[in-house]
Amino acid sequence: MSGLLFEGADWNFLTLQRIHDACENVAQKELGLDTYPNQIEVITAEQMLDAYSSVGMPLFYKHWSFGKHFAYHEASYRKGLMGLAYEIVINSSPCISYLMEENTATMQTLVIAHAAFGHNHFFKNNYLFKQWTDADGILDYLDFARGYIAQCEERYGRVAVEHTLDAAHALMSHGVDRYPGKKKLDFREEEKRAGKRRLYEEGTFNDLWRTVPTGPVKTSAVLNVERRKALLGLPQENLLYFLEKTAPRLAPWQRELLRIVRHIAQYFYPQGQTKVMNEGTATYVHYRIMNRLHQEGRLTDGNFLEFLQSHTNVVFQPEFDDPRFSGFNPYALGFAIMQDIERIVKDPTEEDREWFPDIAGTGDEMAVLRDVWANYRDESFISQFLSPNLIRQFRLFHLHDDPAERAGILVDAIHDERGYRRIRRELSKQYDVGYIDPNIEVVDVDLAGDRRLMLRHTVVKGAQLSETDTKRVLQHLADLWSYDVSLVEVDAATDKVLKEYVLNPRIQPAAA
Amino acid sequence: MVMHIIDRRLNPGGKSLENRQRFLRRAKALVQGAVKKTSQDRDIKDVLEGGEVSIPLDGMDEPRFRREGGTRDMVLPGNKKFIEGDILPRSGDGSGRKSGPGQGDSEDAFRFVLSKEEFVNLFLDDLELPDLAKRKFAEAESEGLVRAGYSTSGSPANISISRTVTRAMARRVALRRPRPEAIAEFEAKIAEETDEEKKAALVAELEALKAKAKRIPFIDPIDIRYRRFEAVPKPIAQAVMFCLMDVSGSMSEHMKDLAKRFYMLLYVFLTRRYRHVEIVFIRHTDRAEEVDEQTFFYGPASGGTLVSSALQCMHDIVRSRFRPSDWNIYAAQASDGDNATSDSENVARLLTDNILPVSQFFAYLEVGESGTYSFEMPDSALWSLYERLRANGQPLSMRKVRDRSEIFPVFHDLFQRRGTTQERAAS
Repeated sequence: MSGLLFEGADWNFLTLQRIHDACENVAQKELGLDTYPNQIEVITAEQMLDAYSSVGMPLFYKHWSFGKHFAYHEASYRKGLMGLAYEIVINSSPCISYLMEENTATMQTLVIAHAAFGHNHFFKNNYLFKQWTDADGILDYLDFARGYIAQCEERYGRVAVEHTLDAAHALMSHGVDRYPGKKKLDFREEEKRAGKRRLYEEGTFNDLWRTVPTGPVKTSAVLNVERRKALLGLPQENLLYFLEKTAPRLAPWQRELLRIVRHIAQYFYPQGQTKVMNEGTATYVHYRIMNRLHQEGRLTDGNFLEFLQSHTNVVFQPEFDDPRFSGFNPYALGFAIMQDIERIVKDPTEEDREWFPDIAGTGDEMAVLRDVWANYRDESFISQFLSPNLIRQFRLFHLHDDPAERAGILVDAIHDERGYRRIRRELSKQYDVGYIDPNIEVVDVDLAGDRRLMLRHTVVKGAQLSETDTKRVLQHLADLWSYDVSLVEVDAATDKVLKEYVLNPRIQPAAA
Repeated sequence: MVMHIIDRRLNPGGKSLENRQRFLRRAKALVQGAVKKTSQDRDIKDVLEGGEVSIPLDGMDEPRFRREGGTRDMVLPGNKKFIEGDILPRSGDGSGRKSGPGQGDSEDAFRFVLSKEEFVNLFLDDLELPDLAKRKFAEAESEGLVRAGYSTSGSPANISISRTVTRAMARRVALRRPRPEAIAEFEAKIAEETDEEKKAALVAELEALKAKAKRIPFIDPIDIRYRRFEAVPKPIAQAVMFCLMDVSGSMSEHMKDLAKRFYMLLYVFLTRRYRHVEIVFIRHTDRAEEVDEQTFFYGPASGGTLVSSALQCMHDIVRSRFRPSDWNIYAAQASDGDNATSDSENVARLLTDNILPVSQFFAYLEVGESGTYSFEMPDSALWSLYERLRANGQPLSMRKVRDRSEIFPVFHDLFQRRGTTQERAAS
């Protein structure tokens, strides 16, 4: 522990190494973080723009939509409407962090603490990432995907490949498994389970049950439908998976393309569910590390003030009537909750003891936080740890906007005793993928008739699909399925059919 | 733990270039429309600069299942005065639902910046030099040399050493010519050998080897190859553009502006086809002079009108500076159509005998005051004259222009790719 890490704003690779080592020391000894090995890459602004358009990944297949995003970002960057991120970090092993070359030494320290330790720890330990992503294999997989798609373009023509990818991209948000698949039991396990059941039945035998009337006997038609659904694995909410496995007229390479898009969607699925936590973790970690480095005299006061200034910008949360307001800032919310947890663990009030009996006053905030980082996602994190104290601090309120109510929007809850739980529940719902994504499933296929694929959207709270977009997506779906596709929108509460779409496939140039 | 630092700054940039090109290709029709629209309100000089265009999102969008409407619940920060049960009016800011200006904008249009190159490419993409020019084009070709394989004869300067040596080696290997190292080895063996009898046998063998090496030369004349060149016709890569304009009193500023726009377009178009383009400005009243650009467009002049003077001037300049066999010659004439009646004979003679035979393309642009429709204008003296020449089969292009917005369509019309029009006619 000796001496300043750097002075002024200049840095070189030795400085970066020193910064990394110092951060690592704090991260491991004090915070007890467990990270993948780090790989730090220095890039230019132009390369950062490149990375933006390929969702931050260092290698990606070619598609026009990435070009569109690039053109858009480039235009707004050139005009000064948009600044670039200081870093991008990739959930891979080794964990790759891209640092912009124009960052000052202080910013590089901040960014290394933030990405190479904060995000890195989260990627390695959070249950969603562990369950759904393969950090060791992702770069190899992307390399394979890029090569495979380039090869397909060569062999089957760019137009055909582009067509398939367009369709797959349109369905990307419905190309993820939300639950880990049920593992098939082997025969021995099955036998064991059947034995247990028999024992239980024998133990609880009561002859009276025999006399209880059962429901009406199922007709063969109903049984047929059930059998068909079981064979096709219906209902199925992973549309891309369903098409890949069962679409009747897709060429093998098209199936592989769907698979690639599906895998990539699945890889990014946890990131969408943990924005607040992920950024909160990284912000909390960089804040702790930077403070410790300053205390140990390894950062000058000037550098530390520079850090504080950009840190404050990062965690700034405009209020709802501020023109800058555009929803919650995940950095601000995540960081605030985590600091609040630290406070509750170390210095709880009576209220905290009542609300958080498990963690209040236990003293070891890092143990609690590490557990939180490992086992929660945004929705459960907020519904567990958003404290009344924080609700008051943010002065949160809940609006209920019912279009049927003529008078206006109802203020349903505010930051008072009656409102805490309701606000917390509603806010956590805003981060629940179950609520965010429309619930669309494949329900049936008309195998005996015109092979129509039938989808169903369960409408919650009256929010129907936007018509133009839905037609376009369904058109893509019909092209892949190559027969008619229908979608009914059914109200969840009343089972009433609200709307029905039917689309015919476009005739494609001899792709099938 | 081991940490790696990698400097990626030196990696080749432009990783997104291909994606960008794919995007442009896909959006071509839309972007082209936007480019043309943008270029209408721009000064033509600025067309070369590229710049921002905005295209409708339709067709370039990436649709997703999205929900809208229904009852909404939201939690917002920064409560100031609301209490539970308050009803807020929908239209006010209190709802916090106002979307930022950026968001609203991106809903229906997509803005981005095209580079200069991309802009001009799209701008002139479907234009081509007319058939008329091609005929002349063939005549005006020069010869160039290109490499065309190897030959067995040629001048010593053209010997291809690598090819010759390769062939020589192949021949030596095929005929098993003893290698110098093998002979040296053999000699060493003989020196070491003590047994006289064996030594004699070895010496005999060595002699045979040496004789063989002598018989099979290291390089044989049949190995030698010469680089071969073929003469191919090469299009002339330079062009000269004559801008002829009537600057007599009857030409208004508006007319000059129209002419200028047309010249600019022609210039942009020619620079894309030819490596080197020269411009000659000739203005005329009742006498013609070669001037610089500034004087051409803005210099004051007055007098009568004699078109033949300009044609004569052009003819002289061609004769003295631009040999037709070395230069592609383009001419565009702008005038309000007035000409002295006595001059017609002269104009017709100059055009048919001297100018049209040497130029690739001659366009006549009759400019008029805005507000009147071109078809309402009575045919002017010059127009009638040119019409007559055309009827006689002279390769003249002529259009009338009244308004700024007509310039591009007229230009487009003159240079439209013939292939596409024929296809359209056939389909």
